[in-house]
This record gives sequence, C-alpha cells and structure tokens, in this order.
Amino acid sequence: MTIAMPAPDSRVIAQAPRIVAALRAVLPPDAVIDDPQETRAYECDALTAYRCPPMAVVLPRTTAEVAAVMRICADMGVPVVPRGAGTSLAGGALPTADCVILGTMRLREVLEIDTANRYVRVQTGVTNLSVSAELEPHGFFYAPDPSSQLACTIAGNIAMNSGGAHCLKYGVTTNNLLGATVVLTTGEVVDLGGPEMGPAGLDLLGVLCGSEGQLGVVTEAVLRILPRPEGARPVLIGFDSPEVAGECVANIIRSGVLPVAIEYMDEPCLRAVEAFAKAGYPDCPAVLIVEVEGSKAEIDDQIARIRAIADALNPVEFRESRNADEAMAIWKGRKSAFGAMGRLGDYICLDGTVPVGQLPYTLRRIGELSRQHGLEVANVFHAGDGNMHPLILFDANKPGDLARAEAFGADILRLCVEVGGCLTGEHGVGVEKRDLMSEQYAPDDLAIQMQVKDVFDPGWLLNPAKVFPLEASAAHRARAAE
Amino acid sequence: MTVALDLAPATEAEVADILADCHARRTPLRILGGGTRVENRVPGETLTLSRLSGVVTYSPGEMTLIARPGTPLPEIEQMLEAEGQALAFEPPDMRGILGRNGTPTLGGTVAANASGPRRLLAGACRDHLLGVRFVDGRGRVLKNGGRVMKNVTGLDLSKLLAGSHGTLAVLTEVVLKTLPLLPARTTLAFPDVTEATALRIFTTALSTPYEVSGAAHVGGAAYLRIEGLDSQLAYRRDRLLALLAEHRPEVMDDAPWQAIRDAAHFAGTDPLWRILCKPTEAPGLCDGLRAMGGDCSLDWGGGLIWYRGPGNPRDLAAHATLVRRGGVSGPAFPPLAPAVARLQDGLRRSFDPAGILNPGLMDG
Ligand SMILES: Cc1cc2nc3c(=O)[nH]c(=O)nc-3n(C[C@H](O)[C@H](O)[C@H](O)COP(=O)(O)OP(=O)(O)OC[C@H]3O[C@@H](n4cnc5c(N)ncnc54)[C@H](O)[C@@H]3O)c2cc1C
Repeated sequence: MTIAMPAPDSRVIAQAPRIVAALRAVLPPDAVIDDPQETRAYECDALTAYRCPPMAVVLPRTTAEVAAVMRICADMGVPVVPRGAGTSLAGGALPTADCVILGTMRLREVLEIDTANRYVRVQTGVTNLSVSAELEPHGFFYAPDPSSQLACTIAGNIAMNSGGAHCLKYGVTTNNLLGATVVLTTGEVVDLGGPEMGPAGLDLLGVLCGSEGQLGVVTEAVLRILPRPEGARPVLIGFDSPEVAGECVANIIRSGVLPVAIEYMDEPCLRAVEAFAKAGYPDCPAVLIVEVEGSKAEIDDQIARIRAIADALNPVEFRESRNADEAMAIWKGRKSAFGAMGRLGDYICLDGTVPVGQLPYTLRRIGELSRQHGLEVANVFHAGDGNMHPLILFDANKPGDLARAEAFGADILRLCVEVGGCLTGEHGVGVEKRDLMSEQYAPDDLAIQMQVKDVFDPGWLLNPAKVFPLEASAAHRARAAE
Repeated sequence: MTVALDLAPATEAEVADILADCHARRTPLRILGGGTRVENRVPGETLTLSRLSGVVTYSPGEMTLIARPGTPLPEIEQMLEAEGQALAFEPPDMRGILGRNGTPTLGGTVAANASGPRRLLAGACRDHLLGVRFVDGRGRVLKNGGRVMKNVTGLDLSKLLAGSHGTLAVLTEVVLKTLPLLPARTTLAFPDVTEATALRIFTTALSTPYEVSGAAHVGGAAYLRIEGLDSQLAYRRDRLLALLAEHRPEVMDDAPWQAIRDAAHFAGTDPLWRILCKPTEAPGLCDGLRAMGGDCSLDWGGGLIWYRGPGNPRDLAAHATLVRRGGVSGPAFPPLAPAVARLQDGLRRSFDPAGILNPGLMDG
C-alpha cells in the first residue's frame, strides 16, 4: 500500500450515530446501511488492493432522496463518495472511514426513449448494457461500450468518461452525452444540457463528464442514440513484430477506412488467452483484431482495403470471418483476455494513452522496463486511438510485490507522458494515479482544475482525496473545512 | 476601432504579460480572433490574436493538428485537404451573416464552438478538441488535455473553454482531431416541401444506418447529404431514394452545403437568431416564428433553427441566441436557471477574478 489517504476526520466519526439517524429520517429503512458486516461490501471497487469500510452507505431511489442526503451531509460536514457499480479500476469509489457512500444503483429507470429525436433519458443507476438492450427493439443502440458493460452503470460511465472497444468510430461517453441531472452539494438539483445539441451557456456538462464524482452526483442522463449498423465483421491479422503491427494500425487509420475497432494483443496476452480460452489465435508476437461495419458489400470492400494494407506488411496470418460463428471465434480471445490474465495471478491494469505513432517505441520501452522491474506485463488494448492497457502481473501474497508492480506502473505512465500521451485514457485518475498527476500537469494547471471544484463543491465534500495529489489539494481542503 | 491601437501579441508570453497587466489595472479587454463571430460590443481595449498564428504540428498519421489561435481557417483547411483530411465538424464562416471582412480563425471557431451541418453525425467542435493551452484572467499560462485521442486525466477544461467566447481565458494553442475526408458525396434534394414534411424525411433518414451527414431545410427545399467510400455511396443513395420515394427526391451533386453551413441565405443586417430545439419541435416553432414576421431555415436534422426577423423568439423557444443584433438590445444569450447561472458566475470569477475578459458578452 503505497498510496496514502488523509486521516479520517475524528469529529465526523464521533458524530456517526447522529449522522445515520439524520439519514434514516429522510430515507426508507432499507436505504441506510451502517452495520459493519454490511458496509464491508462497499470497502473497495475493482482496485482491490485498497480497502476501507465507509462510515455508512445510502442507497436512494430518487433524485429527491439524493438531494436530501446531500443536504444532510453538507450540513454536518460529512464527506460523500458517490458510487455506481463499483467497477472503477482507479479506486474512484474507494471509501474513507469518515465518509458516506452514496450509491446510485437503485435509480434504475429508463425514463424516455425518443427515437425521433434520437435520445434516451435514463436514471443513472441503469447498467450500460441494459441501455442498449432497451434500445434494441427500436433499432438503435448507445455507442460507448466498456468491457465492464454488463455491470457498470451510466453514472460511473459519466463520472469516468468511459470508453470502449468501439469508441474509435463513435467516441467516448462525453461525445454521446447530451444532458445530465445533477445534485449539487447544496442539495440543489440542476439540469446541465438536455436533448438539444448544445449548451445554453458555458459547457458545464463537458466539465462534469469525467469529473470522477468531484463536482456533483449525477442522477439522470440524456444519452445520444444511434441507429444500429446493418452488420459488423472482424478480421484477425497476425504479425511477427509489434512494430509492424503498430505500423499497420497507423496505415489503416490514414487510409480513410474508419474501422469501429482496432484491438491489439501481444505475446504474453496471447499465451494466456490460448491457455484459458483456446481461441485458436496464431502463434506470433502481435495480433490485431479490426472490425468494420456496414452492409455486406460495404464490409467486403473495407476488408479488401484492410487486406491490401496488411499484405504490404507481410502478415503471419490474415483471417477473415465468413459467418457469425467465425466472427465470434475471432472476438472470443480478446473478450476473455482480462479473465485469462486474472488466472495468471494478480494484476494491475493501466490505461495510459500515447500518440499512435509512438506505439512501437512505447511497447519496446515497456518490454525493457518489464525486464528491469522483474515483473511480467501483457498488453491488450485499443490500438486505433493509442489507448494502451498494460497489465502488470504480480503476486499479492509476496511481500513487496504490489509495491514493485506499482513502481513499474508509474514508470510506464511516466513513459506515456514523456512520448506526448497521458496518464489515463478511460479509467480515470481516482487514487491510483493521483500522485502522478504532477507528471502531466504543472502546479498551476492543477490549481485551475481545483478552482473548478471549489466552485461546484466549496466544502470539498465530494470524493475529496481523489484525483489531485494530496499536497496540491491540502490548501483547498483546509480552506473548505473552515 | 483603429487597428493601430489594438493590442496584438505575437507570443503566448506577450498574451500573459498583457493579461497580467490588465488584471492588475482591472482594464477590460475585447478579445478578437479574426473578428468574425458573435457580435462583440464589450467595452475596453481590443486584444487581437491574428498575430498569434501558425501551425505548430500537423501529424496526418496521428490525426492531430496543433495550431495557434490566430491561424486563418482557410489556411488550415487547405493544408488538411492536401493530406486528404478535414476538420470533421465543418467549421462555418460567419462573415456573410455578420457583415465582417476579417479572416475566420481557428481560435474564434473553438471559442464559439462553431460547427456546421456535419455536427449531426460527427459531433461539435468541442468533440474534436483534444487539448488547449490558454492564459487565464490573471495572466497565468495554463494547459489542459493533450494531443491523444482519449484522455481522462483530470477535469476536462478544454470542453469548458470551447464555446466560452473568450470570457474565461485567451486560447493560445489548440489541439484538434483531424479525420479522413470521405472521398464521395452526394445529396438527395426535396424541392418544395414544408418543414413538417422535411422533418418526416429527416426522421426516416436519420433512423437508418446510412450515416447521413447533413439534413437541412432552406428556402422551401430539404436536403440530405451522404458521404462515404465510393462503394458505399451508391448503395446508401439508392436505399434512401427507395425509402423516401413518396417525397420525390432528386439526386443533386452540387447542393449548397457551404451556403447552408454559413447560413448565407440570411446575410443582411436585420436581427438573426440561432435556436436549438428538439428536432420534432422545429416545424411548430417555425410556424410560430413566421407568424412573428420573419423567415426560418433548419439544419442539424431540425435541431438548429436560424430565424431572421422581428420579435422575440424566446417567447417560443428558451434556447435562442441573438447572433446578429440588428438593433435589438438585451442579452444575446439565453437565460439560465439560477443555480446554473451561479455556477457559471463562479467559474468566471475563478478564471478571471477582475472580470477583464469580454465582460458581459455571454450574459443571459
Ligand atoms: C473487467 C473490467 C473491464 C473494464 N473495461 C473498461 C473499458 O473497456 N472502458 C472503460 O472506460 N472502463 C472500463 N472499466 C472501468 C469501469 O468499469 C468504468 O470506469 C465504469 O464506468 C465505472 O462504472 P461504475 O458504475 O462501476 O462506477 P463506480 O466504480 O462505482 O464509480 C466510478 C466513479 O464514478 C463516481 N460516481 C459513481 N456514481 C456517481 C454518480 N451518480 N454521480 C457522480 N459520480 C459518480 C465514483 O465516485 C467513482 O469516482 C473496466 C473495469 C473492469 C473491472
């Protein structure tokens, strides 16, 4: 455990019974949890190396209940950690001992499906996958598709500005979010954006999206929806070097064909996937999965173009899928990659992003760093937009191994910044990358971001120990506490 | 306005010096790119960004463009076109409707979050903005975002600055995503249809997967634009022709998309409003607007109404911005809910504590 959290506020903890009683007075009985047996279920998110049971958990069902909770917490000076499904890989939903976890997963209604105006309005506790499932009979879908889409909620997607395999073509959450209903720390409920294609004043929705629960609690969202494509088909391309695979990615992108996805898997990942899922991938150092969409003729044409680009680079294999089963077989290994890696042991998953042209160099340097740190790393990621996902394998039971993995991870992220990229492309900063923020941003760049938080959350009650390095936020937090 | 007296910094450091000085003296500034966007009647000295110009880096293979705000838009468009790329959001040229003769700049486009017909499919300017460098109202040189396609590192201030009309900071460098120019395009035109019919056409076409990249109604005709690879275009065109046969579409290869983009049909001097609405509300709103005595056109599949004429469109539609005053006084921007207005004021005060940057320009 190398990431420090501030000491819990003893004044808040001393008041716990009063705080819980106040929450019980405004919420239904089953919506307030303070039994330590039960609050433990909320002690961490998908960054499981860090755990801390919260003081209490509230599970409201309506925006009005969320507002009532916020008013009480603001009055009593209680930190609030919003939580969706708890699948954050960055510790965004990690509690502190003096906090109330405000879970929005019971706000689960689809409020409006308007295909004529091409949006849906949902409560944010709905899962990502269920939104597209609701839209399926209408011939529409919601584009951002994080791999965790079965579990993760729209609230978490908005807070993290999540992406997915298909965002190369369709963009990430912020490009598909039209409006949000937000509860501020004052308990006020505001609508930012709406079904219209632009804000009335400043783009507050744009700054809310990806703000990691720092600015307000999002209870409803208006999402842009798209007509379902006629069809989609993947191809698999194997290369005998990561550099050439990287070149292929860049050439495809330049060619004018816009695939919906370009996924990359390296040798350690392929080995794990083969052992676990028997996907039948070629035995080579790098595999790309490229998916295109359209009618049958359009797909054939795009695949022919991609084949021409790939052939010029001497691939080990170019595998097309002639039917749905073959398409599924191509995706099978990629989709099971995380599960397969999980069987190899513990891992941390980073998501630093680099300019596409820097992929070959970055991959080579990660290999060198892996030997230096003595830990294995596997790469499986969204290559089309340079969004890497290095998975560092370690053994949590081995003393010092987590710290070594974290040091290795920090080196990879520094490398990403050094080549012109960023610390995180889609998972967020949370606590995991908090202390690395100064690698990417100068003190003033962080200060202006914290000033935005000051405006939305003057008391620094929302997720206060995340995103900004503690020493950078100390003055803001201290001023807020007065 | 006498150009000789303008403040015209050529470097970011000079911008920072000027802003720090104006902050200390609490002297308001009118920020101009090429001077071709919203009417700027703010008092104070003029800060012109035309000298802070030039492309820093353009990497077609990475689909990124880094340039200074004063760079003329035509220069950028030519450079991208030579590589078979474009700014997919189709930045408009507002000179015609604003009666200006400056050159539209990249900074002005971003500051106005200005997007053309393809906004419908490709998103707005802000969706293509990957990062910014800027100077705030204290004179601090700052940055946010970067030059990669996906970036969630910290708060996204680039989005906040896009469309802030120079009221929060002065942009000194912008990073934009560029996209391959689709090689083929055509238009289905529907001469002589009402807005109500146009909307039915739009709804049908925009529920298909054929990636309609423009849906407008101007001068009594509706237009649908499709773009793609050569192999896609004929197929998409024929499918849409069949689906919309009852409305008698005509294939048109020289449709006026540039004029639609620039709302060129509403050049002049009388009041001009830009109204955002749900597309299905557009026909009703147009009837109401015409009853006030003016003319309308539609873009973005009905999501954007241009209204030229007398009266106050805010009586009908909340989301109306006065783009050309034509003698109308009062705030140009729509009013906001009190809590939202408070947040917006708070942000202004933290970016620009002395209130020197285009003060009042975005008042609702
Ligand atoms: C196996 C696996 C695969 C993944 N794949 C992807 C992927 O492909 N792409 C991707 O982008 N991410 C991915 N993730 C990360 C994660 O799923 C996303 O970040 C997701 O959006 C989190 O949603 P959640 O509902 O679980 O939110 P949580 O984890 O509960 O919370 C995430 C953040 O949102 C805040 N928050 C939650 N609810 C609210 C609210 N109502 N208002 C304001 N703030 C709120 C929290 O405070 C926290 O900071 C993956 C995770 C796992 C475990």
